[in-house]
Amino acid sequence: MMRTLPLPGFALLTALFGFGIRWNSHHDPHEVPSPLIDKPAPAFVLPRLDHPGQSLDKTSMLGRPYLVNVFASWCIACGEEHPVLMTAGRKLGIPLIGYNYKDDPSEAKAWLARHGNPYDQVITDRSGRTAIDFGVYGAPESFLVDAGGVIRYKHIGPFTAELIATELAPAIAALRREAP
Amino acid sequence: MTRLLWCLLALFAVSGWASAQAIDPLPFKSRVEEVRFQHLTKQLRCMVCQNESLADSNAELARDLRHAVFALMQVGKSDAQIKHYLTERYSDFVLYDPPFRRGTLLLWLGPILLLLLTAAALIATDRGRIPSRTQARQEEPW
Repeated sequence: MMRTLPLPGFALLTALFGFGIRWNSHHDPHEVPSPLIDKPAPAFVLPRLDHPGQSLDKTSMLGRPYLVNVFASWCIACGEEHPVLMTAGRKLGIPLIGYNYKDDPSEAKAWLARHGNPYDQVITDRSGRTAIDFGVYGAPESFLVDAGGVIRYKHIGPFTAELIATELAPAIAALRREAP
Repeated sequence: MTRLLWCLLALFAVSGWASAQAIDPLPFKSRVEEVRFQHLTKQLRCMVCQNESLADSNAELARDLRHAVFALMQVGKSDAQIKHYLTERYSDFVLYDPPFRRGTLLLWLGPILLLLLTAAALIATDRGRIPSRTQARQEEPW
């Protein structure tokens, strides 16, 4: 007993250690799973960037799926993501709603003018109050909302063309199969 | 020398007060309310800089969430209700102490389990040793 215990014990610890390293290299500890998946998207009423007098609310978006993309002109990763939204994002076949997060409206407008505007609508949340309801903690973040107003998928961090092809597009296709 | 000591002491006292106050002063109605706020926000994690609590963090989101916690306190929400408000949006991850439930069973009981296993292993090896010790005593030459 005395002699046989240390070796399996050591092997077990090594295995645990190896697992820890592997796990951390494949999972971003910054990516926290959202508790909002498969729950109704929070109610929002937010002014539009181009017409601040008009606002967009959740009920007016019901009936079709859409993607909410949280971005800001101060957000560097959003700049990385932007070209992907300009190409692959526009081909998704669902409305893209730009969610301008804690940004200065004039800077947001200038940013979109400079890099192009992939969004069908842009809404602004300057105080970030509504973003708390969405559990936003860093831009860019994207929420896929279905026709019933339920959040079905969330991505934290910039989209890449590959991620759109492997995760977002299949999620949208699944929504289409549900409601023909 | 004593003067230097007094200066240092005063500095320490002020720095403690400053770290509790400086981040952003909120209009607390009483000292009790402020203590409750500090206690609560120390138990909550800042999602942006995950090793800092809401109370300590300078991140923009942490500031917004502090204000949200403060606003909820003003409308008479309990600590449990405020924590629920945050976990609904940011998952259990915002709590430094994860709740005790099936998914966190191993996390909470793992150390105890490991302790028991080690104790069992030690007892087992010790049992094996006792006869040899008595044997050794018997074999001891006079």
